[in-house]
Amino acid sequence: MLTYILRRIVLIIPVLIGLSLLVFAIARLLPGDPIQLAAGPNASPAEIADLAREFGLDKPLPVQYWNYVTGLVTGDWGQSIFTRRAVAEDLKVYLPATLELVFTAMFLAILIGIPAGLTAAVYRNRWPDYMSRVVSLGAISMPRFFLGLLLQIGFAMWLGWLPLGGRFPLTEDPPAFVTGFLTIDSLISGDLRAFGITLQYLALPAFAMCLSPLATITRMMRASTIEILQQDYVLTERALGLSSRLILFKYVLRNAMSATLTVIGLYVGWLLGGTVLVETVFDWPGLGLYATKAIVTQDFMPVIGVTIVIGGIFIISNLIVDLLYGILNPKVRYE
Amino acid sequence: MTTLAEKVPASATSSRWENARRGFYRFRNSWLSIAGLLIVLVLFIIAVIGPSIVPYPEHVAGSVSTATRFQPPSALHWFGTNELGQDVFSLVVAGSQISLLAGLAVVAVGALVGTLVGAVAGYFGGWTDEVLMRLADLKLTVPSLILAMAVAAALGPGILNMVIAISISWWPGYARLVRGEVIAKKEEMFVQAARALGAGTGRILRRHILPNILTPVIIKMSLDMGFAILTVASLGFIGIGVKPPTPEWGSLLSIARTYMPDYWWTAVFPGSAIFLAVFGFNLLGDGLRDVFDPKARR
Amino acid sequence: MALLEIRDLHLGMRSFEGEAHVLNGIHLTVERGEIWGIVGETGCGKSLTGLSISRLVSTPPGRYITGSISLEGRNLLTASEPEMQSLRGRRIGMIFQDPTTNLNPAFRVGEQIVDVALHAGGLDPSILGVGAKASRSERKKAARNLAIDMLAKVGIPKAGERIDDYPHQFSGGMRQRVLIAMALIGRPDLLIADEPTTALDVSVQAQILRLLYDLVQEHQLGVLLITHNLGVVAQICTHVAVMYAGNIIESGSVREVFKNPNHPYTTGLLASVPTAKMKRGELQGLPGSVPNLLAPPPGCRFAPRCAAVQPRCTAAIPPSVAVAAHHEVACVLAEPHASAAA
Repeated sequence: MLTYILRRIVLIIPVLIGLSLLVFAIARLLPGDPIQLAAGPNASPAEIADLAREFGLDKPLPVQYWNYVTGLVTGDWGQSIFTRRAVAEDLKVYLPATLELVFTAMFLAILIGIPAGLTAAVYRNRWPDYMSRVVSLGAISMPRFFLGLLLQIGFAMWLGWLPLGGRFPLTEDPPAFVTGFLTIDSLISGDLRAFGITLQYLALPAFAMCLSPLATITRMMRASTIEILQQDYVLTERALGLSSRLILFKYVLRNAMSATLTVIGLYVGWLLGGTVLVETVFDWPGLGLYATKAIVTQDFMPVIGVTIVIGGIFIISNLIVDLLYGILNPKVRYE
Repeated sequence: MTTLAEKVPASATSSRWENARRGFYRFRNSWLSIAGLLIVLVLFIIAVIGPSIVPYPEHVAGSVSTATRFQPPSALHWFGTNELGQDVFSLVVAGSQISLLAGLAVVAVGALVGTLVGAVAGYFGGWTDEVLMRLADLKLTVPSLILAMAVAAALGPGILNMVIAISISWWPGYARLVRGEVIAKKEEMFVQAARALGAGTGRILRRHILPNILTPVIIKMSLDMGFAILTVASLGFIGIGVKPPTPEWGSLLSIARTYMPDYWWTAVFPGSAIFLAVFGFNLLGDGLRDVFDPKARR
Repeated sequence: MALLEIRDLHLGMRSFEGEAHVLNGIHLTVERGEIWGIVGETGCGKSLTGLSISRLVSTPPGRYITGSISLEGRNLLTASEPEMQSLRGRRIGMIFQDPTTNLNPAFRVGEQIVDVALHAGGLDPSILGVGAKASRSERKKAARNLAIDMLAKVGIPKAGERIDDYPHQFSGGMRQRVLIAMALIGRPDLLIADEPTTALDVSVQAQILRLLYDLVQEHQLGVLLITHNLGVVAQICTHVAVMYAGNIIESGSVREVFKNPNHPYTTGLLASVPTAKMKRGELQGLPGSVPNLLAPPPGCRFAPRCAAVQPRCTAAIPPSVAVAAHHEVACVLAEPHASAAA
């Protein structure tokens, strides 16, 4: 098992190098001159050259890449041309906000999706199955930004139950920064009031975000459960008198989970990249909003930083899925 | 385990015909798929004839009438009017053309590039395969929406630029699909036979392999259409890509956001249009996959 | 009272094309200590007969039209599902063909055997050898010890260690031994073995058959051994039932049936088994193929392939008649007046 884990970890190094190379190449090959933009329309050529030198953009591309990669490793992720703030510092604040949102959404999706998929499979081609199919397809088809808007109209504006947007009210004291996750930080500091407020702010964006992974997990869980239910070993288990509950929740569930797990892993990365829309609607101070601002101003470094962080998390979540897959499928582990 | 004796089909052709017949039967029996097909058909009809029948074509072209700002839905303005006094119904109908066109273009470009890459990788194998597929894998790690946003922002506004920006993230899925199919088909009898008869690589790919992988690619395209439309609208919503006065659903929604909740109709109708279009394609694609993909069927 | 008695069992199976009459009046009586070989071609309904006894045929698409299956006088076709569940694994043990797919790959083999033992022990505490009021952990421990004993008994070396291995760590033959242990751990009275050796190497086949034979002798089980291998039947069965297209066309003691096959299909089947004494070209197959059960031929379903076919064969399905003690045949040729005319 240990060698399996080590081998998997070593294998992601070339992928990470490839990712940094790809992102860097895309950023540099795009048209548009951020220095020109940053210096302003009235800047003299000398001022532009100074600015380019300051950011190391006057050097040949391979040198720029080398500087960038060594920076990545040592924790210097460059700085924004506009705000002059260090990207790494910004990411430290925005990443936990986005992760908190994504994890909450994923948690909801798994919590509802797995039983829903299991139910649909057991009642295959009967009404619970049809219902889950219509609802799933509807959920996938719903634009997250539109759903967010509707939720805002309903729960914030009309009913007034939940806040319209943001992550924590300015008028309250946020919990002391430990992990950057407000839910965890407020629990650590024992501040239940802050915890409650955090959940209120999380509710709408997390719900808007969980629908499409929820739908996919439900469908995936349904398909894999149906496949597992048709396996010979399920027949044997039934033939030897095990109760349908034991078969479904113990023997089928573990097998069906492993296929669904892959989807969950893929989705964590995908959701991270997709928070942009929900963060825009709910004014959630996370990576997506940060990236959007940087993109509009064609500010390289934050965009590269965000992309690499998301890509890195995607790779790591896939690694975790692979490892869990190995636990659920003993055969994989030993090969 | 033996169950019941299956009827042995007389020949391969008749079995294929039989499969198609059963598939069609299943498709017809699923009212969800039929509903999807209807929505998509209506969408296409609206997109084609819509712009010429809208009540206020001048609003589509960009003219404003500030005297009639924020009128609620009425007989005169079915979907009300927006902050510029434009008829929302006219804008939403006209927007169908842009969404459909952009969605189709994204999927077509993605499928074309992906099919080429996948076919080459699958057919030649070896390091060509290795390099292309690792590139496709890498591409999957880069967040596609952020990449599309960055590219679209760099290229500047316009439908074409937006299509290019989105398509960049779209090909790896097709490349994987086609590669898998090509590798499977390559080993099959008829391709081996063609090669033995001296057919060249290009001919084998063109005449024997590509026609056979058309079905899965088309199914994937129909499944992807909804998502492509969604992505186009997303870029519009963020304000990158198509710019007003072009009546794009996502950007209509983005502007309407400012006027919530009092002028809800400016947001609800474009948003519902996006949802319905995407839902229609998803229902259709899902139904088609059920019919043609025996593994997903069950 | 007979251990197992199947009377006039008819099973329909719905499909895309319509309903096929897949079991068409099965009669079979199995006593303790008897090993019945059920033979026939693929699709003749022999597996469905086995599954029907445990009521594992899903309905729909299946539909029991008429008939009864009785286990010591209790009709299984009218039993409730919980009642059936209390029989499975306890009174009726089952073994299936492919040992590679019949063990759940995600669980240690011990986990699966222990669950079966707990199920059987819940119905009859004497199986686990602990009191009825024993705690869950005590029962689990007893079940595990029983599982180890059982694995050792079916010939798994170092059973105490191997019980915590995963199925893929066992060879095919060993896996089938595990499955046999699982089927027998609840001390069943009836064992249904559906092609238990077909997926195994020839040398392993013999070992598994030998093991089954010994266990059956020891526990005085009634056995239904479903197979298409006549050699297997000749080696370990006491009785044989030959099935064709949903009917048992000839049945009786192995000695009788093999020595004096009466039905042309049985004769053909026996002639298609190669023996060392045969000369080149002497091996025979049966012409034609299994009929379409959606539109079966009228009367005897074998008539279209039968060399000795007569006009009255297509009139009605011939009833089973006894041609000797422990030997019944369903063929017009076996009817008394027919033999008188011959």
